[in-house]
Amino acid sequence: MKYEAVIGLEVHAQLKTKTKIFCGCPNEFGALPNTNVCPVCLGLPGALPVLNRYAVELAVRAALALNCKVHNESRFARKNYFYPDLPKGYQITQYDKPLATDGYIEIETDSGLKKIRIMRIHLEEDAGKDLHDISPDHSYIDFNRSGVPLIEIVSMPDISSPEEASKYLKNLRNILMYIGVCDGNMEEGSLRCDANVSVRRAGSNEFGVKTEVKNLNSFKFLEKALACEIERHIRLLESNQKIEQQTMLYDSKEQVTRPMRSKEESHDYRYFEEPDLLPLILTDAEIRAYAEGICELPQQKKKRYVEELRLKAYDAEILVQDKEIADFFEECVALLNEPERIASFIINDYLRELNSRKISISQSPVTSHRLTALIKRTIEGRITLNMAREIFTLLFEDSRDIDEIIKERGYEVVNDTEELVKSIREIISLHPAELAKYKKGNMNILGFFMGELMKKMKGRIDPRSAKDLVKRELDNA
Amino acid sequence: MDISKLGIFEIKNLLLKRKICCVELTKLYLERAHKLNPILNAFITIADESAILDARRSDENIQKNIDSIRPLEGVPIAIKDIFVTQNLRTTCGSKILANFIPPYDATVVKRLKDSGAVIFGKLNMDEFAMGSSNENSYFGPVKNPFSPDRTPGGSSGGSAAAVAAGLTPASIGTDTGGSIRQPAAFCGIIGMKPSYGRVSRYGMIAFASSLDQAGPMCRSVRDCAILLESIAGNDPKDSTTMTTPVPHYSEWLAGDPSDIRLGVLKEGYYEGINPEVLKAYLRVVELFAKHNVPIVEIELPHIKYAVAVYYIIATSEASSNLARYDGVRYGHRSEDYRNLKDMYKKTRMEGFGDEVKRRILLGTFALSSGYYDAFFRKASQVRRLIANDFYRAFSKVTTILMPVTPDVAFRLGERVSDPLSMYLSDIFTIPVNLAGLPSISMPAGLNRDNLPIGVQFIGKPFDEHSLLNVAAFYERESSCMEILSRVSL
Repeated sequence: MKYEAVIGLEVHAQLKTKTKIFCGCPNEFGALPNTNVCPVCLGLPGALPVLNRYAVELAVRAALALNCKVHNESRFARKNYFYPDLPKGYQITQYDKPLATDGYIEIETDSGLKKIRIMRIHLEEDAGKDLHDISPDHSYIDFNRSGVPLIEIVSMPDISSPEEASKYLKNLRNILMYIGVCDGNMEEGSLRCDANVSVRRAGSNEFGVKTEVKNLNSFKFLEKALACEIERHIRLLESNQKIEQQTMLYDSKEQVTRPMRSKEESHDYRYFEEPDLLPLILTDAEIRAYAEGICELPQQKKKRYVEELRLKAYDAEILVQDKEIADFFEECVALLNEPERIASFIINDYLRELNSRKISISQSPVTSHRLTALIKRTIEGRITLNMAREIFTLLFEDSRDIDEIIKERGYEVVNDTEELVKSIREIISLHPAELAKYKKGNMNILGFFMGELMKKMKGRIDPRSAKDLVKRELDNA
Repeated sequence: MDISKLGIFEIKNLLLKRKICCVELTKLYLERAHKLNPILNAFITIADESAILDARRSDENIQKNIDSIRPLEGVPIAIKDIFVTQNLRTTCGSKILANFIPPYDATVVKRLKDSGAVIFGKLNMDEFAMGSSNENSYFGPVKNPFSPDRTPGGSSGGSAAAVAAGLTPASIGTDTGGSIRQPAAFCGIIGMKPSYGRVSRYGMIAFASSLDQAGPMCRSVRDCAILLESIAGNDPKDSTTMTTPVPHYSEWLAGDPSDIRLGVLKEGYYEGINPEVLKAYLRVVELFAKHNVPIVEIELPHIKYAVAVYYIIATSEASSNLARYDGVRYGHRSEDYRNLKDMYKKTRMEGFGDEVKRRILLGTFALSSGYYDAFFRKASQVRRLIANDFYRAFSKVTTILMPVTPDVAFRLGERVSDPLSMYLSDIFTIPVNLAGLPSISMPAGLNRDNLPIGVQFIGKPFDEHSLLNVAAFYERESSCMEILSRVSL
């Protein structure tokens, strides 16, 4: 029997604000435990929340970039449950009146573009962090993360495979990073993902029993865990066993999903309106103003690169994957209007070099000025592309002027026609058989002479002008 | 010097005329608190050391610049133990916070200190402000200064008793369903619950967030105005405070009756209340009528649901507000537990008293999945109807007059085993909180057992200044505050 998976993702993204959502404590990762805390984010008796307007701005920006309808009035609610990392015994979130609803993201599939609908986006606060590995007999809690602003982005169950889920998450992450809403760092937990999974017979309209798989915090994890959970559902269905509605955790070592808590322990969160905060009112003018913070999104950028800068779709796709790279590319193009050459150099050489050095483009010493200067030398014919590639790797250690490096290393192309002609004539005289072939009309043999010349000159020739010379000398020989 | 009959205004005069210095005065209050607390049990904490330090600073200020001294410079004030005070134990009347030393000051505390007040003690109260008799305090009940076998009322029972007995010139209490006005009425003093949003709740330990409001408890309307002036106003730390400007309340004490239109309920509303209370209330109506104040009959058809609505909304909010007392970060933690869940259970079982547990259970139930619509949502809708009743009435009148309680102070222990009758005694105070209105409770004489009776004047939202004018008029014409001379401790 054929089955199909029905998947919806719940993604939590930490907002890149300076301070927390309900107090003035710094929102930063990696500070000493319990140093970024105050009565509010520690849930001390009497403390009250005050909404950070910038968190609202970022959330609205995200909602608009994800094609959502932002509501003029939304409300905060309390989600009540006991957990040591939750200092107030409730999380301030949004429940029946979320900030935004009805958006979508497009992903590319084999059968073309597919829309994954977004059900809702709401604002909430993050919890602290339990630390179980400090002492064998005590657990510790770090409240630095308590009150860090989050948006939760809930998709509709429009995703049909682990690959699609991964594409959705990649696009979502990319968009959030582009518009400066979230740093997208999944290792540090800035972006976290849970998945709802069910399986049904292919073509059926009814949903199967769903399970939730928690903490899928890398693309690899997400794909593997989903594949694993889908397989588990199918196995159960095939053997006529019931699927229990429960929360699962993925064990990456054993590559299995396991129940996290049983059904009896499922929470009744007793949501009700947060009486300490007023309804969140956003006027149309405010929403419009926040929209101005949205930069060009990856797909728009890609379209522009293809249509206006005449890049290949494949190259454009690679460049827009990372906003830093795209920004760098555009910086270069502004300095030197040769988009295709620049794109090709970045994709073929620069990205590989960054990869092998394990640094990001912002950490690289090769600035847009140096890169375009290098490319310019190839256009001027002073060095060859291959030379440029070799010089490029040197630039990571050598901060001197490019022309100085070219000169010192003897990279400069020999433009002295007399010297070239002399060498060509020498080569021709050494290879009479090949000359004869040429004279009989075998034009392919031209490449042989070019190769010999390249060897003799140690690559320091400009192939285009040299080819003309070789041809002339062969014709005259 | 006998300080037992002094209010804020009198003390300010003494200090400014240098009849006494702040340190001496504070010492007198500390001595008196120590001497009488074994009898009244009004204080949970007496802050001897920090009070003397603060008083010394006030003396220096008065020495230095007599022209620009602050409005409460050097005035000793004890406050309800619901406001967190930096480095001074704050218990909220509970075992679970019996050793809690807050690292910060409530906005009300900060404003009192900024006005120059010397905070010298924290006053007894029902645990987490849940109660009408002060018998729910972990630190034991407070005695009524008019009759030591009677309750001072609650939850601000310690505050009311301390003001009536002259243990503090004035106090700040909190009122969620009558917790300022009812004990004020039982102890023969003045208690004002301002409009919701008038005084910051930051640092005031939450019971029911949408109802809680802090206010002054005093020996005169003038003191009430002075205190409200220093604590009221927008607070960036409390999103529910309003930016409505704070009038100079002290300038609204003329007691001019000419613009008053007094709203009264039909007598049918008062079926079953203590006849002496009804009689006292009618005497007040008469007094206003005598001064040609128009008396207008009004209807508040939905207030009969107020107690039911209140005990759903207040307990629901409380069940959530009190979740933070889990033994993880501060406060009491059980010493013997097997795992996390066991620690939560035992900590809360040991740390909370019966009434608090009862209300947490009620609220948890009312918010539970499947019950929310029938209880919390319905209660919120009826709450709106009650508020609308008041707004409608205020299109015809400027002020509404009502009794504060259906009865006078009852005997300690009398109603402990009957929570329902205790809840019902808040029938006249609760609707005011549900509608977020300001109300001031004033003495209206004594019954035949020499127990105080109270009436309340209710005003429009943020119309505290008009209310103070009405209260000042009533205070002057009735000489109602003379009953405090009956207290001799």
